[in-house]
Amino acid sequence: MSLDAATVRRIASLARIAVAEEELPRLAGELNSILGWIEQLNEVNVDAVAPMTGAVALALPMREDRVTDGAQAEAILANAPDRAGEYFAVPKVVE
Amino acid sequence: MSYVIEGSSGPWEVVIGLEVHAQVISQAKLFSGAATEFGAPPNSQVSFVDAGFPGMLPVINRACVAQAVRTGLGLAAEINLTSRFDRKNYFYADLPQGYQISQFAHPIVGKGVITIALADGSTREIGVTRLHLEQDAGKSLHDQHPSKSYIDLNRAGVALMEIVSEPDLRTPEEAGAYLRKLRSILRYLGTCDGNMEEGSMRADVNVSVRKAGEAFRTRCEVKNVNSIRFVMQAIEAEAKRQVGIWEGGGIVEQETRLYDPGRGETRSMRSKEDAHDYRYFPDPDLLPLVLEQAWVDELAAGLPELPDAKQARFIAEYALPAYDAGVLVAEQATADFFETVARGRDARLAANWVTGDFFAAMNRTGRSIENPPVSAADLGALIDLISDNTINGRIAKEVFEAMVETGQPPGAIVEAKGLRQVTDAGAIDAAVAAVLAGNADKVAEYRSGRDKLFGFFVGQVMKAMAGKGNPALVNEALKKALAVG
Repeated sequence: MSLDAATVRRIASLARIAVAEEELPRLAGELNSILGWIEQLNEVNVDAVAPMTGAVALALPMREDRVTDGAQAEAILANAPDRAGEYFAVPKVVE
Repeated sequence: MSYVIEGSSGPWEVVIGLEVHAQVISQAKLFSGAATEFGAPPNSQVSFVDAGFPGMLPVINRACVAQAVRTGLGLAAEINLTSRFDRKNYFYADLPQGYQISQFAHPIVGKGVITIALADGSTREIGVTRLHLEQDAGKSLHDQHPSKSYIDLNRAGVALMEIVSEPDLRTPEEAGAYLRKLRSILRYLGTCDGNMEEGSMRADVNVSVRKAGEAFRTRCEVKNVNSIRFVMQAIEAEAKRQVGIWEGGGIVEQETRLYDPGRGETRSMRSKEDAHDYRYFPDPDLLPLVLEQAWVDELAAGLPELPDAKQARFIAEYALPAYDAGVLVAEQATADFFETVARGRDARLAANWVTGDFFAAMNRTGRSIENPPVSAADLGALIDLISDNTINGRIAKEVFEAMVETGQPPGAIVEAKGLRQVTDAGAIDAAVAAVLAGNADKVAEYRSGRDKLFGFFVGQVMKAMAGKGNPALVNEALKKALAVG
């Protein structure tokens, strides 16, 4: 599998990362070497091995259903570039 | 009965699948300790986890997991003891993380089934593909400012169950019945309040059309339809649009659309080709969700009697017709109300009163089953007065209206208004004699063969007795009097 410049441009746009046109070939090269390494891993036969979902064999810890957080609108809004009262204000997004 | 869209090339079958987002009833959010309560001031119920601040770690709420398992059990579905959370990546102003934590490859609940009842009395089993847990997004207000949208993150991170049906539905009626049944089950379980107006239950509708016997054609998804009526309208509008495209020689493109109830049509929502490229991957912040079978068994043991079981019991125990039983069990509170009225009484009479005059009074007064116009105990007492012949059925309706109006128990109304039924043979015979004497011409007609006049005499006698005559005794006395010529 090999990524071309157009695919890299699309991946960057999906991730909302600005990538200059002249950087695309270098990124394609880096991503391709990562993919090549994954392909190498794919050669290992793991038919009899259960999928590993994490590096530690633990299950998800759970918390009780209690309200312990919130009531801090000022802190939540503190870094907002724009606000209106207690709302975040963003450029209009309408479908 | 089959529903088709008639096109110029003949009939088209409609194929429908539903994705329902049901907000989980819990105190705190799925991965944070912020409150879930509806209607709080903006951004007052937001933790740093919900707002997507760097370095914050989600910790799952056990109660939300329990609600998903209970819902799965209520849908007779497989519970997956190991499931996993994935990130669904997209950018939108009300999604501060830049991704939604969802379950893509390994949902907590697998295949289940919902039985729907149709107007013609038939039932159908509709497959449920899966149920998974995910985060709700925040809320955007677009109408507050000419060039800005306002964002409230109170809803961001509230637990949702996405319940996906198989493409088993074929008519708008079936889609409506599916949603009503699902809502009923969720409300019985107490896992979602099913309130579509407040948005705690929302439906995405997948629609495609095909000729009989064909494989599925391309579907379109109509997003966020917020009432059952609109779901049914959107299906018809979208199916007709697709038939128009196919018959015009075009090709239906897979896309997301919105239903505009004002115009009665759907319109394209996202034209971007990459709208569905969510680049799911396992959330590295979350370990696999592993459940113990013993806990699932415990949750199963604690489930309430669900609508289908209750309906079957009502049919068996109270000898009710399936339709009436279905109406009574749709809401648990209604079923409980009915059982209080019916206990130790004529159950069919009780069912008739609850689904008839009582429902009518509830609608007319704008009251609810939680705050009924007449209490179950009082309605039961009214039925007792009918059964022990204190009042007749017609007077009972009058008493019922007075109960709605005054809130008084039926016994007091009957006494105060002197509505006690007349069973005294002398009084009835006297009234009968008076009516026959005053209508000699009709008596003659009756005796010469116009049997239908009997009803007229009954009406006249009841009128003369101010409606209080015992109908059976009046009939008997009339028959006797008319027979002797």
